[in-house]
Amino acid sequence: MFNEKQLVLNRRLFIQGCTAAGVGACGAMSSLSAVAAAKVTMGFIYVGPRDDYGYNQAHFEGKSALAKLDWAKAVDEENVPETIEVQKTMESMINLDGAQVLFPTSFGYFDPHILAMAKRYPEITFLHCGGLWDAQKHPKNVGSYFGYIDEPVYVAGVVAGHMSKSKKLGFIAAMPIPQVLRNINSFALGARSADPSVTVTVVFTGGWSNPVKEAESANSLIDQGADVLTCHVDSPKVVVETAEKRGVFSCGYHTNASVLAPKGFLTGAEWNWSGVYTNYAQLIRDGKPIPNLIRGGLKEGVVKVSPYGSAVSPAAKEAADAVIKQFMEGNMVVYKGPIKDNTGKEVIAAGAQHAQQDIWLESMDWLAEGVVGTTK
Amino acid sequence: MQDVSFWTVIIAVLGGAIRVGTPFIFVSLGECLTEKSGRINLGLEGNLVMGAMVGYAVSYLSGSPWLGVLAAAGSGCVLGILHALLCQHKRVNDIAVGIALMLFASGLAFFYGKPFIQPSAPRLPSLEFGEWSSSPVVRAALDINALFFVGAALAPLLSWFLLRTRWGNAVRVVGESGDAALAMGIPINRVRLLSTMAGGAFAGVGGCYLSLYYPGSWSEGLSSGQGLMAVALVIFARWNPMYCLYASLLFGAAAALGPALQSVGINWGYYLLNAAPYILTLVIMIVTSDRRGTLSGMPGEFVK
Amino acid sequence: MTALRETWIISLAALALAFSLVAIFFATTGNSPWEVFYTLYRGAFGSWFSWQNTLVRAAPLMLTALCTVLPARVGLIVIGGEGAVVVGGLCSALVGITLQDQSPVLVITAMVLTGAITGGMWIAAVGALRYFRNVNETISSLLLNYIAIAILNFLVIGILKDPATLNNPSTHSIGEQNMIGQIGDTSIHWGLAYGIIVCVMLWILCRRSTFGFAADVVGGNIRAARLAGLPVAKVLLWCCFLGGAAAGIAGVLEVAAVHGRANSALNAGYGYAGILVAFLARQNPLAVIPYAILLGGIQASGGLLQRAHDLPDATVNVIQGIIFMVILSSEMFYGRFKWLQAKN
Repeated sequence: MFNEKQLVLNRRLFIQGCTAAGVGACGAMSSLSAVAAAKVTMGFIYVGPRDDYGYNQAHFEGKSALAKLDWAKAVDEENVPETIEVQKTMESMINLDGAQVLFPTSFGYFDPHILAMAKRYPEITFLHCGGLWDAQKHPKNVGSYFGYIDEPVYVAGVVAGHMSKSKKLGFIAAMPIPQVLRNINSFALGARSADPSVTVTVVFTGGWSNPVKEAESANSLIDQGADVLTCHVDSPKVVVETAEKRGVFSCGYHTNASVLAPKGFLTGAEWNWSGVYTNYAQLIRDGKPIPNLIRGGLKEGVVKVSPYGSAVSPAAKEAADAVIKQFMEGNMVVYKGPIKDNTGKEVIAAGAQHAQQDIWLESMDWLAEGVVGTTK
Repeated sequence: MQDVSFWTVIIAVLGGAIRVGTPFIFVSLGECLTEKSGRINLGLEGNLVMGAMVGYAVSYLSGSPWLGVLAAAGSGCVLGILHALLCQHKRVNDIAVGIALMLFASGLAFFYGKPFIQPSAPRLPSLEFGEWSSSPVVRAALDINALFFVGAALAPLLSWFLLRTRWGNAVRVVGESGDAALAMGIPINRVRLLSTMAGGAFAGVGGCYLSLYYPGSWSEGLSSGQGLMAVALVIFARWNPMYCLYASLLFGAAAALGPALQSVGINWGYYLLNAAPYILTLVIMIVTSDRRGTLSGMPGEFVK
Repeated sequence: MTALRETWIISLAALALAFSLVAIFFATTGNSPWEVFYTLYRGAFGSWFSWQNTLVRAAPLMLTALCTVLPARVGLIVIGGEGAVVVGGLCSALVGITLQDQSPVLVITAMVLTGAITGGMWIAAVGALRYFRNVNETISSLLLNYIAIAILNFLVIGILKDPATLNNPSTHSIGEQNMIGQIGDTSIHWGLAYGIIVCVMLWILCRRSTFGFAADVVGGNIRAARLAGLPVAKVLLWCCFLGGAAAGIAGVLEVAAVHGRANSALNAGYGYAGILVAFLARQNPLAVIPYAILLGGIQASGGLLQRAHDLPDATVNVIQGIIFMVILSSEMFYGRFKWLQAKN
């Protein structure tokens, strides 16, 4: 069984890994070093409301964990659009709050907004969630961090594959962008590892937060026979609740959604930003160099699997635990050939594999075999 | 196999039309009544959001979702009165006040709605008409909320009110021509105040349907512009309450069509499909009006 | 000058009343109104940095406000600024990408022209529908907003997508060298200058030209204008075109001065905010400038309000809503008080 203790231990490993240059997922180390100050001031920026029961709330909870540290001060702003407004918000945090480190947490903040501000304020550190820092192209005072959330999504897929009776799963997604496609594919690969006859039908809603469309998508998928639903939109609340109402299983995303579906909740993928943000704060306080690129999965404790719901069968638990164990040991590769896309084209040849750190995966534009849907 | 999914898509879209269309019924009937009296209230989007928040909050605090519906209607009333009182003065523009009210009401709803995002409030029950069927698809489609029937009954009622009652006649005269109303001794401001107030209350109920039934929770992203869309819908429906009902169902079906098609693997151009109701409304507007005439049913005050 | 004096006194009185109501709102939430007002002031106008923050936000609002102001002069209420921003931005980005390797001056000129023409045509279509088919312009322009946004999303996530933009689907870049830069060493891009220049130009057009006079006649009484032999259709369509062109330029600036490419960030609500600015400015292109700055200031201080007082983002909406409602309602007092107009 997967437990908390393991995670804590591994989180510690993660810090060590990151501070000792060039280990594993933690890439370039170079010159991001912040000035050691009496009180570390950090600024967080979210694209949606702090309490959306999803993506932004996960970051807000991470930020809130810093409040416990008496040597750190964290300020934040919600609903900041990906326009010049975010540039001004960053400047305002720097000039009026004295922020030394900024965490703009939406993907769209990176280019051009963070890059422009990093040029203007070379002494401030900008750490972006989701971006891909490149030593060739990007300023040295910029860094990026993200979690391999598709690892717990894969685990959820394994559970879903075991639990599904109709062998039809439903995935409600915002739009066909690489991060989302990767989650869909990992879910499908996980499910099909449990049972190769499983298919995953994807419905794109066209927006990150459109509750009515999400509910309608969930209902449509269930009408077509899907008996496990999951999603990648800003908040899993509507999808999980709709699934529960209709009496089918659901897997959460972003935050722990088990309370929303006491009967049908299986498991889910969650972020664990509090660990990541606390680590960053410590590095800054101690004046240690901050790695420009941090990526981590289950092993590093950046993401976690939600505790299994009561409906999960022992066989499914066993299979999922085995996969988690492999992830924790670092010898699980999700994208291992042969993998075909859903048009029948081979995208990863037999024998070839793309480990999590491979940035090839971060520009994914295909859907795996067994997924019903297109990327257009 | 193909045949089966075809029918389930049809049934799902019909069910979706009712599920997604119900808030449209309320907001469009509200806007219809308001516009019949000669005002456009763009602020109904704000009423909708406020109604959603108030309804959910009251349901959570009191334990009774129906009390939530009442409170939502009340909040819509208050906002409607505010719109009417501000707009009754000379030169105060109803469109601009509507947008300001939309900002104000959604701002207030978000401000006071924060503590109600996490908790789970009692929802409105649904009436299960599909018990006889063994098909879960049919059962789900026939799982209908009582508010739908209220809305569906409201449409002919409003129709009757406007066409057959003295008060309804007064509303139409005021909307047709302020001068004529003045000559007939109808208190223009009072008629508009009551129409806008009732319209606001309808929109509030539409909002609480979103939070208390479908999708059934309160969050800041709950409305995707249903309130604004209702303004277009009223035009689509030519200011006829019965047509408002049909058009609401059609708009609901249009919103349900995209997900239903994707769920059977047809997923082309969902962005354009999402915009289909707007395109359709625009086309209808263009086709059905001409240089001399105006849209039939359109209150004369709009084409001065 | 009497009208001017009346405008000043009523506007200031309305602002005072609005801020009193805002103060009451804060008092009910348990915050000290004075502290909150000080924060608002600090965030919007308290320092040179805050001023820059305010002005940068004001720039697009000036242009989108004109999209409502110009048609209003001929009596049309257009709320389609958002759509014109999106269309102007998207089309100008395509031109910018195509011309990428030409000289930057040429690229920018072509982009501004494209944005102005496409944005202008978008709103001119609204005017034409009104004039020739009697289609209500308020509703048609609202519908066109949604259609423009759908087209943008459809294209940007589909055929126009630059695969390198990964999770933030956008068109290809117009090229770093072609971007409009900042004014001096401030952080304000040249868009502010565009906004002010266009406002002033259109003000001159409205107030000091025969075209402006003709527009006012058409707006006053369309039948009288026809009887007077004015080219009503032409005047009406040009007013719509010019308004749309201004909003189109706002779209160009988003692309050329901020993002370098077109993406869904074009749909950031500038169009809707512009409608309010237009009404606050009482459809006067010159008055658009200070009101855009006021609105920019409120938005600029919104962030600080969140951080300093732990208030949610929605607070700014409430403040804006109150201020707008009061100022819009103050319209009722114009012409009511003899003493305001008594002298000369």
